[in-house]
Amino acid sequence: MSGRTGAHSVVEPSPLTRRIAGALVICYALIAIVPLLWIFVTGFKTPPDSIAYPPKMMFTPSLEGYVNLFTTRSRQSPEYMASLPPAETWYDRLARSRNMVIAGPSKYGQRFVNSLVVAFGSTILAVSLGTLTAYAFSRFRVPLADDLMFFILSTRMMPPIAVAIPIYLMYRSLGLSDTWLGMILLYTAVNVSLAVWLMKGFIDEIPREYEEAALIDGYTRLQAFYKVVLPQAATGIAATAIFCLIFAWNEYAFAALLTSGNAQTAPPFIPTIIGEGGLDWPAVAAGASLFLLPIVVFTVILRKHLLRGITFGAVRK
Amino acid sequence: MTDTSGPVVIRDRAGAVPAPPVARVIRGLSDRAIAWLFIAPTILLLLAINVFPLIWTIRLSFTNYRANKPNVPLRWLGLENYTSILADPDVWQAMQATAHFVIWTILLEVLFGFGLALLIDKKFRGHSFWTTVILLPMMLSPAVVGTFWTFLFQPQIGLFNYVVAFLTGIDPSSFQMIGDVPLAPWAIVLVDTWMWTPYVMLICLAGLRSIPNYIYEAAEVDRASKWRQFWSITLPMVLPFLMLAVLFRGIENFKMFDMVNLLTSGGPGSTTELASITLKREAFEKWRTGYSSAFAIILFVTVFGAANIYVKALNKVKQR
Repeated sequence: MSGRTGAHSVVEPSPLTRRIAGALVICYALIAIVPLLWIFVTGFKTPPDSIAYPPKMMFTPSLEGYVNLFTTRSRQSPEYMASLPPAETWYDRLARSRNMVIAGPSKYGQRFVNSLVVAFGSTILAVSLGTLTAYAFSRFRVPLADDLMFFILSTRMMPPIAVAIPIYLMYRSLGLSDTWLGMILLYTAVNVSLAVWLMKGFIDEIPREYEEAALIDGYTRLQAFYKVVLPQAATGIAATAIFCLIFAWNEYAFAALLTSGNAQTAPPFIPTIIGEGGLDWPAVAAGASLFLLPIVVFTVILRKHLLRGITFGAVRK
Repeated sequence: MTDTSGPVVIRDRAGAVPAPPVARVIRGLSDRAIAWLFIAPTILLLLAINVFPLIWTIRLSFTNYRANKPNVPLRWLGLENYTSILADPDVWQAMQATAHFVIWTILLEVLFGFGLALLIDKKFRGHSFWTTVILLPMMLSPAVVGTFWTFLFQPQIGLFNYVVAFLTGIDPSSFQMIGDVPLAPWAIVLVDTWMWTPYVMLICLAGLRSIPNYIYEAAEVDRASKWRQFWSITLPMVLPFLMLAVLFRGIENFKMFDMVNLLTSGGPGSTTELASITLKREAFEKWRTGYSSAFAIILFVTVFGAANIYVKALNKVKQR
């Protein structure tokens, strides 16, 4: 942003240019956002509304998608339905209006919890390791520093499926398949490269004078790191953590190949939400909406640091 | 290898002045001890979860090992897996599909991304809000994106088919984006472009904003046309950024698995079966572990080699 001059500069775009540029960008944004809005809206449709032709823009909102997402139901005969005592809750009533009886909770809640545990667990580990390593690379003369940094980055170039083959065998023999610990370790290993590269950039930007002053004041190196550098790096740590969190939250390939039940996260689960006769689109849309919502919030929080995060710290603003 | 890590970093053109080394204070742990204490856990983790498996993969790639039949005696095949992969028409088909996907997505993403960046750089009112809106798709889970695009692409009921039919007048059930052989490769290109154009845009925008204004002012004084300014100032100065974006997208899309696997799962037939999907079939459906390990190594070497050559070119462009 530096180097921009005031409004009188000869190179400032004219108001008309600005307006045309704005109109074009807004057009793109509106078109690009339609698929997302459509999914969000579909979550509030009934199954028949969701597959109506032409696609329904106007409809009566319903929570059926969300009820279907969180419950398993069984279809019953009208005689059996009539013999039941009156429905107690609104979701029971909703299910019975489709001749269904709620049999129990679905697996979505548990998958969502798995996603939270694995994402937060691996993020905490990756950011802790990454911050320490980045500090060492930033402040000390490490032999072969460039080679080590490149090695750390290169671990990201393997296609996930290629890594998954030996990891699958390794986890099978160690009993780590389909466990939280296994997934947390795996995602930590994937994220730590990002964390090191990002944190190196953030720590490089903290003036060394602060630490020098602390060292002269009688702090040890560790105290200086803990009491001077870490607080200064707080924003960077937060941004890095959100990036790691988003990656672990979104990851599909490893989750699909290495988990099947206990530790399965939401991304491999959402596409398997089956209704009667194919996918239950409102339930899938509801599941996707709930899953994507935290990311939308994080994107808005992160927008100032996005650039750095997506380029491994290579581009800094 | 040494020269590939540091120089990729593109800093603000103002240029960073290297800070003087910190005065060494030997108290408590020595600096060297702290350095290794801080670095070792990361390196150990990567050795355990990346390097060790990689070595294991290399070893397996010379054998006939099958993960679903661990008790079959292991036979040493030498390079047989590698030669049969390179002679396998299915593999070449997958590589072709991958090339089509990578080339077209990069082309479209660069075109749209750079265009959008130029427009956003005009700083119209509300540009930061709309930029955030545009950025959303790239942050989402590719698996979930793939799933919900199958819904949008449904013939007849899908929103995409409806809109295309509405705009062109053709029958919405007459084409299937993910079911028709000629259309499916374009369906995955379309969704990837939708998702990742913002990525290229964001990096280009950083490039545009790094160009100091006085260069344009000098050009104005010299009466260079806008067209000339674009070709002689804007493009060359954004090029390193653009190339970096292409590098990251290239690597990611060469490895592409999640979004395409859920959108088309390689079909119809094997028209959209990208390298990673073939790899998954061989490794986790046909359980030809040895064979697929060899394929994995070939893919890794390809990405690694191509990225290295590309980074060399990128550094040359930056030094110009």
